Amino acid sequence: MTNEARVPTRMGDGTFTHLTRSEIRADLIAGSEIAAKRAKVPLLTDDEIDHLLEIYASPLRFIGVDVGEEIVLSCDGTGMKTHATRIQDLQSYEQWMGADLLELCVGDYSLKVVRTILAYEAQYMHDAQLCTIAPLQYGVMPNLGLYSKPDGPCDNWNELLPLGRIAEARAAAEEAVEMAVVDMVKLADSQWEAGADAIDWDTTGASGDPEFLAALRATKIIREKYPDMGVQLGMAGEFVLGMHGELEWGGKRLAGLWPKDQLLLAQEAGATMFGPVVNINTGKSLAWNMARAIALIKPCMDVATIPVHPNAGMGVGGVPMFVHLPSDAVCRAAKSFVELLHVDGL
Amino acid sequence: MTRGMRLTEAKQYVADKLGVTPFDLSDPVAMTDVRNEHGFGRVHSYAISQPWQANQIEAKFNIARVLDVPINSVEKFKERTAGG
Repeated sequence: MTNEARVPTRMGDGTFTHLTRSEIRADLIAGSEIAAKRAKVPLLTDDEIDHLLEIYASPLRFIGVDVGEEIVLSCDGTGMKTHATRIQDLQSYEQWMGADLLELCVGDYSLKVVRTILAYEAQYMHDAQLCTIAPLQYGVMPNLGLYSKPDGPCDNWNELLPLGRIAEARAAAEEAVEMAVVDMVKLADSQWEAGADAIDWDTTGASGDPEFLAALRATKIIREKYPDMGVQLGMAGEFVLGMHGELEWGGKRLAGLWPKDQLLLAQEAGATMFGPVVNINTGKSLAWNMARAIALIKPCMDVATIPVHPNAGMGVGGVPMFVHLPSDAVCRAAKSFVELLHVDGL
Repeated sequence: MTRGMRLTEAKQYVADKLGVTPFDLSDPVAMTDVRNEHGFGRVHSYAISQPWQANQIEAKFNIARVLDVPINSVEKFKERTAGG
């Protein structure tokens, strides 16, 4: 039994737990070690562990960065009928919440869903651009899975793989990539014509390496066609799943890439903003999760030539997997990213 | 966002164009006057909301000019209102 005082902190699922500073420090070290072991990244230094300890052992409800060290917040959503029409939502985010960036999207958020309503979405973007000030992008998630049966035309690689029909699964995924790239470029064509400032590929790689490849290919095409159009490429997880396993970009195999290599390829493809993701382990403390996230994303910062905006929302980036995000957890994650990694935004 | 500028560089660029310091950019007290002076529009309904001041697409024209950054919707607006 220890006499050391306990402070309230949270688990990855958002529930409160009470840990001593020693226990929090141990969790920070363990989070760093698991990242180093899995992704072959350097361990966090003692100074970095101490810095995170001050953040996660603080009993304050709300903490923040130093004055003058504010960063840009790039958000997905914001224009999706949260409380009024989509344009009114965008205006509310801009006028009442001071959003740095706005995003128009549809609730489903999937590329394949949007492809059937491109003209309507472009007209809405056109109208929204006339009555907002902040940069306004259009966002979708590539969600390559929807291109497979029964939702789409391609054979379902997730059904073929367990049957050992590897070649057919790979061919199906490759067919879906071709379709998705065409749809992504068509979306960008219509949105550029409507006045959009940028396109956001959100949760890229959720369907593994084929989806990451589709996003890279589309990004390259779009940036060559429209050099002044921004492309935000945000990931779905810290690790690109090898649903195909043999896909490459510039000779680099996509399956198994961790954030630094994801960033390098996104940069090479022409993305103007990169959003690395580290998913939450709900059974571990936020200190453990944050140390792991910092260790995994840290190598990005040395090689980044474009803004790096780690995803820090529900279930990612040291923020609990809970729909109503506790502000004490969100501000600790934000402070950690800013002060330890000097990120460009979140 | 469209230039892929890192944050420090981007803050310095904007601050130089506006004649302020990067520190000022996140200060609502300093920036309300700057926004008002350049016609950058309001960030809150009560801030600089006067009918003779630029807002919405008008504000973006001013932002594009002062920051010397082309804004897609502004360029499209010019094309579509040129009468050609």
